[in-house]
Parts: sequence; structure tokens; C-alpha cells
Amino acid sequence: MVRVLAFLVGLFFSGMLLLSFIWGGVAFVSEPPVPTAEKEFHKHPEKAGFSFEGPFGKYDRAQLQRGFQVYSEVCAACHSLHQVAFRSLADLGYNEAEIKAIAAARQVPAVDPNTGEATTREGAPADKFPLVYPNNVAAAAANNNAIPPDLSLIAKARHDGANYVYSLLSGYQDQPAELVRKFPDAKTGEGLHYNPYFANLNLAMAPPLVMDGQVTYGEGQPKPTIDQMAKDVSAFLMWTAEPKMEARKSTGIAVVIFLLFATVLAYMSYQNIWANKKH
Amino acid sequence: MATEVQGTEAVMDEGEGVRRRDFINIAAVSFAGVGGLAVLYPLVTQMSPSADVLAQATTEVDLSAIQPGQAIKTVFRSQPLFVRQLTEKEIAEADAVDASSLRDPQTLEERTIEGKKQWLVTMGVCTHLGCVPLGAGEGENKGEYGGYFCPCHGSHYDTAARIRKGPAPKNLVVPEYQFTSDTAILVG
Amino acid sequence: MSFPWAEHYTPKNPVMKWVDERLPLPRLVYNAVGAGYPVPRNLNYFWNFGVLAGVALTIQLVTGIVLAMHYAANAGVAFDSVEHIMRDVNSGWLMRYAHANGASFFFIVVYLHIFRGLYYGSYKAPREMVWLLGVVIFLLMMATAFMGYVLPWGQMSFWGAQVITGLFAAIPVVGEPIQVWLLGGFAPGNAALNRFFSLHYLLPFVIAGVIILHIWALHIPGSSNPTGVEVKGPQDTVPFHPYYTAKDGFGLGVFLILLALMVFFAPNALGHPDNYIPANPLSTPAHIVPEWYFWPFYAILRAFTMDLVIPFTGIVLIPAKLLGVMAMFASILLLFFLPWIDTSPVRSGNYRPLFKKFWWLLILDVLVLGYCGGAPAEEPWVMISQIASAYYFAHFLIILPIIASIERPLPLPGSITEAVLAKGKFEGEQSAPPGMGSDTQPTGAA
Repeated sequence: MVRVLAFLVGLFFSGMLLLSFIWGGVAFVSEPPVPTAEKEFHKHPEKAGFSFEGPFGKYDRAQLQRGFQVYSEVCAACHSLHQVAFRSLADLGYNEAEIKAIAAARQVPAVDPNTGEATTREGAPADKFPLVYPNNVAAAAANNNAIPPDLSLIAKARHDGANYVYSLLSGYQDQPAELVRKFPDAKTGEGLHYNPYFANLNLAMAPPLVMDGQVTYGEGQPKPTIDQMAKDVSAFLMWTAEPKMEARKSTGIAVVIFLLFATVLAYMSYQNIWANKKH
Repeated sequence: MATEVQGTEAVMDEGEGVRRRDFINIAAVSFAGVGGLAVLYPLVTQMSPSADVLAQATTEVDLSAIQPGQAIKTVFRSQPLFVRQLTEKEIAEADAVDASSLRDPQTLEERTIEGKKQWLVTMGVCTHLGCVPLGAGEGENKGEYGGYFCPCHGSHYDTAARIRKGPAPKNLVVPEYQFTSDTAILVG
Repeated sequence: MSFPWAEHYTPKNPVMKWVDERLPLPRLVYNAVGAGYPVPRNLNYFWNFGVLAGVALTIQLVTGIVLAMHYAANAGVAFDSVEHIMRDVNSGWLMRYAHANGASFFFIVVYLHIFRGLYYGSYKAPREMVWLLGVVIFLLMMATAFMGYVLPWGQMSFWGAQVITGLFAAIPVVGEPIQVWLLGGFAPGNAALNRFFSLHYLLPFVIAGVIILHIWALHIPGSSNPTGVEVKGPQDTVPFHPYYTAKDGFGLGVFLILLALMVFFAPNALGHPDNYIPANPLSTPAHIVPEWYFWPFYAILRAFTMDLVIPFTGIVLIPAKLLGVMAMFASILLLFFLPWIDTSPVRSGNYRPLFKKFWWLLILDVLVLGYCGGAPAEEPWVMISQIASAYYFAHFLIILPIIASIERPLPLPGSITEAVLAKGKFEGEQSAPPGMGSDTQPTGAA
């Protein structure tokens, strides 16, 4: 009885699926899927070659500081860094006084101790980076309806995040003539900017890095080309997304070495115990 | 590796082999034990104060608005902190006591910063069972010795916030602090 | 418990003796996973995964309890509290990554455990109850994993909750009220997040309880083995401790190495980047996909693209969406009936030449389904998943009974010991699939 019912149920589901398959196949042949501009022109991120890649990779402190400089001077006007506390900038190699100065240069929300009204005060190391816009509505209103995302986690919120940010920032270009010829409807709209690394090829953010030397790097640092600035800020954003990466990797190496030893011992012990037992 | 071990074992006499086997088993179990202990470390430390809590561990207090005889109640490490400017009379009262006769012998000098004897900075946490003593606010009961009074179990503190009567074993704790200017202190 | 020659517990330590006389817990443990449990001597490495699943559950419980100390189940702050764990809590990143990857590894070992059972016929009499309880555990795991994925309150959390509760909306008439009831609102929100957190904390303990029943039921007939021949006498078994504790210790080492490699060097490889974007009810991610361990079932869900209609009338009997939901639940529920669908008296796939071929086809089929489930819902993936889903149902519901009636199994060994001794003499004569036979052991140890 069970088998008869099972047979019928199996026949029903398999049959419906095969019908769906045939139906889909007919549709596939009669109306083949239309190629889209996104499919043909979207590019995967280029490899920037970061110092923190691989199991032994570490952040380059000087690069993170340069990246922070690019963030502060270029991105910070629209993009917040709301998960990051000023105190954690110590990871970048800043000392206490420098962190205090960085924090104090920014206003954070506060309550006036005398009137109780909302006000702002200078940031302290324990504070987090303040929001740029009080809420999403304000952010959308100020940016032509495109809300600039918070960048704290952007390097983990995109596939291959650090390379993605690098490619996006250095990847603005004119829309290829071939694209417009093949897909006249996909022409980059008013207020949008063509970028093959962006999922739908057109994004609202204007190219933020427009010329070499836009940010002045300190003595002994590489030349601030667009490529270099894009790379530096991407590295910085990887750090904001994964500040514990170095601790994670160094712990991991110790753990794996320990486990390898333990496993070899466990194997030898296993072989010993079974030595006289055929199995 | 396993075959090598067995190969050497084969040429050993029985007793040697048994001992060696025991050693490997013991080593394997010991490794597991060490690993287990190592795992305890993060499981235990995760309960300690997190980085954001530690970062809040200092408090700045502005003293400019506190008149002699007045006190304010503020917050240090999520606990009440009393900052009091003593009057000449209160200082004299505190100095008049023979410190060695006290339950927790300390002089006012020892409880204040040199040259700033009028500024008494203490935790607002009764050393008995952690209630907040009265006496910092205007018109509150200051107890029999004119300092602080804990209503929970009736501990009386004097003008130097030293325990004088009641169950509390210690004086109100003076946290570490320093003057950042004449009218501001940094606690912690 | 199971065999008359099982060793009896005789406490050496007076304290243990004292305890055992008053509460025979030491005896219970001794008989369950100690020297008092005789186990077939010929188990291969595929019998490691039961213990490993138990270890995986323990890892999830321990890290989960720790995470719950820092997590805030409130839609306003849940996402930030997870970041607080990642950035500020001491070793918080380790706890969270271990929990997230631990869930994946739990499913990996459970899937291997299930397919071990499918190949070696562990579901057959007299072990049906072990199998049924195992399917219950699997269902509970899926529910727990789904609710856990909602907790970080990222984009995939939110939309996953929306889509999965939306499955219930496919039920005619009562579907939509059920969805609203499940969510406590018209979309996932604070109410849903809180109840998911509550249940996510509760269900693992229910799982632990069912695992105890699972092990209890296992100890009645004793463990199965790669030959599928029942234990005949003491020469066929070894005590669980130290023989299989040692072997499981080695297996555990390998498991932990692999888990550590993921946790420390690729902690986000199995997750979806979109879950690092805070939940936004106004914007849906381009591709909503569940965690990888649900992909085969997700592929079955999406494979149904055609309504069931009465021909030439246009009357829809069952809409495609409901068909997909029914099929997805059926794909798991059919496992409950497996012991009575596969009637072959031979348990082990080693002695079932035809069954073995189809078993490999099922493995391939599930892998294909998994790939399709993770791919975007477009051609050719939909069509491939239709074929693969059709095979999945056909395999269990149609092919297995047919194989059972037409197959001529290979001659079975007279006993476990006979099989073990024969193996030494005729190296490699048995045609076990690579990696599946009991001869994966280094023979030098024998």
C-alpha cells in the first residue's frame, strides 16, 4: 500500500516536473531569453593585489592611514562609517593624541546638559563616526533619491569586496559605443554614471576620484594617482569591515598547527589501539 | 607515519611496545585536554568588559559650578560618583578626628589630592552592599556625621566620607583621578 | 544493552560506585558510549559522522549560548549588536564565525551521515525507528538553522524570513492568515525577530533530546555495519571504548582542522555578502538565496513552473507555487516512508550492484540540485533543476521499489568476521565504490 501510494506520488511530482520542463523547453526555443546589457558588459572586480590577502596577509598600516585620508577628504561628505569607533583607529597606528584630534574634528549628537535640547559636541575617542545624514529620508533628499550606503561593512557586503571597491572607484568610463548600439534602451540615464563593475552598470554616484593628486599624501608615500587612492581607500574599507582580521589569522595558524599535531597523535593512538584487531 | 611506527614496534620486545603504546595514548589524551583548556579561554574572557565598555571607563567632570558645601552626583563606569567641595568647617571637622580610631583609618589628606583638600571625589556606592548613600543632593539626609548616609542599612559617613557608624566596613572608595585644569578632573 | 556479551559496568572508584548505586548514570554512559556497547568491528570512516554531528551540535550550543549573552533581539539594534560582537566583545568574532561556520559543518556531517545511511541501508528493519528519529532531527535542524539566519537582521535575513514564511501563504484559503500569524505582522519585523530568537534558542535543546532517543533506539539492535550482515557473536564486535572512541578522536581531529580552516581563513566564504547590509524592507536583493545547505530543496521549490490545470478548461487545480511548496516538503517527508518503500532484504549497497549505480546517480542529482538552487532563477538552471527534481522523486518513490524487486544481490558473507578475514586474503576483490568500502583503512594496521 505504501509503495503504491509512493509510486503515485512519485509519478505525480515527476510528471508535473517533466511537463514543466517540456513547457519551459518550448518557451526557451520559441522565445529564447533576451540578452541584456548587464549580462554582456558587467565585469568582475579586478585584482588589486592587497597586502592582506592569503592566510598570512597583514594590513599595511601606512596604506590604511592613506586610505583613511582619502575616506575623510573624499568619501566622508556623503558616506558614514557608523560601526567604527574613533578609538579603533589605534589599529591604524595613530596614537592617542592623534585619535583625540581626529575625533574632536567631528561633531557627534549630544544633549545640552542645561536645556536638554539636542545639540552636538566634539567627538571623543569612545564615540563612533557620526552619521552624515540624520536618516534615510534626508540622505535620499540630499542625493537625488540615491541613499549613499554606510561604508563600515561595504567590503564584506559585496562579492570580493575590497577588489570591488577598488575596481568601482577606478572603473568609471564612457559607455561603450557597442553597448549603445546593441542595447539602445540601456543608455546611461540622466544623473547616472557608467561603470562596468556596478551590478546594473549605471550608478548614481559621480566619480569620486577624478584626478591624480586629489588628496595630498605625506612625505615618503606613493604618488596619489587615482589608482593608488582607490587601492588605499579599499584597503582602509577592508579594515573597517574586518578589523579583527590579523588576530583571526594569527590565532588560526596557532590553532591549525595545534590541531595537526593532535590529529597525528590521535591517528597513532587509533592505530595502536586497533593494532591487534583485524577490521 | 603509521607504518613506520608499527615497523619499529615489531622489532621491540613486548614490554617496550606496550609502554610506547601507552605513551602515545596518554599523549593524545593530554593534547585533547590542552585543547579543551585552550577553548575555555575565549569562553571565559568573552564575559569581561568589551572594548566599548572599557573605552567609556574615564569621565571628565567640570567643577566650576560646584560651590563650597555643594556636591554633584555624576556617573563613572556606570556607577554614581560624588564630587563635593568641602567648606572650611567640614574640613576642620574631618581633621579633628583621630584617624587611628576609625574603622578604616584614613585622613582627609590621604583621601584628597595635595593642595586640593576641599575637593572630595568618591564613588557613590556604599561599601556595605552597594546602595547609593544620600547626602549629595540638596536637602538630603547627611547622617549623624554630616557626610553621607546610606538608608539601606544605616551606614553613616563623615565629611571625609569615612565610615563612622553602621554596618559598612570601609570608607567610600576614592577612585583614581587627576586635575586636568583648576576646574576640571578626569576620573579613571 | 544489546548483546549478552556486552561488558558490565564495575566501578573501580568507590565514589563512582557510590554514585552508581544511587543514580546509575555512570552505568548509562558506560553502556551508551563506553566499553559496555559492543559495536561491529568492521565500521569504516563513514560511521564517524554520527559522533561528529553530536560534536557539531555541542559547538553550536556553546557558541550560541555565548552569542546570546551579547546579542540583542530587537529589530532596531540586532544588526548593530552583531557588529558589536564582531568588533568589541572579547573573542566575539571567534564565537560568531565559529557559530556561523559551525552550522554549515553540522549540515555537512549530517548530510554525510544521511547518505551513509542511504547507501548501507541503515534505515531498514530493525532500525526504522533510528531512521525516523533521524529525519525528525533533520527537520528540527532545518527550522533552527533558518531561524538562526534571520537573527543578524541583514538583507538575506529579512528577505529569507519573508520568502520562507511566504511558502505557507501558498496554502489555499488559510495560507495568508497563517503567514501573518507566523510573522506576528504583515512583514518580518520585531515580533518575528523575537519569536525566531526564542525558538532558535529552544529548538537545539529539543534536538539534543531527540538525539538521546535516536541513540537509545540505536542501542536496541546495535549499530549497523558496512556488510549489512547482523552481528552473530562476540567475535564480530569490539567495545565502543576504546576502539571507536579512538577512531572518533582521529575523525574529530580532521573535522576540527577543516572547521578551523574555514573559521579562521575563509569565515565568510559560505555566507552571503548581502547579509552584511542591514535589513531594508523597501529593497529586495537581486538574488535571494538561502544558505547553501537548503539549496537542493530551494531548487525543488522553484522547479515547478506550471499550474496543474484541467486540460482544455483552464481551471487551475493546484497553482505552481503550491505545487512547489508541496514538493519541497514532500522531498523531506518521503524519507519517513523510506524503510517501507525499499523492500530489498539486503541492506548494504556493497552487495547491491544495481542499487549502487542509482545511489551514485542520486548523489550526483542532489549536487546538481544544490548548484541549481544557488544559481539565479533563470535558464538553463530552471530546466536542469526540473529534470533533477523529477529524478529525485522518481529515485525514492519509483526506482527504489523496482530495484528491490528486480535486482539480484551479490552473495552476502556469512558473518562480519568472515568478511573481515576474507578481505585480508583477497585484497580489493570486493567492488566497493572508491572511498565507500570498508577497505579505506590502511591494511598495515590489521
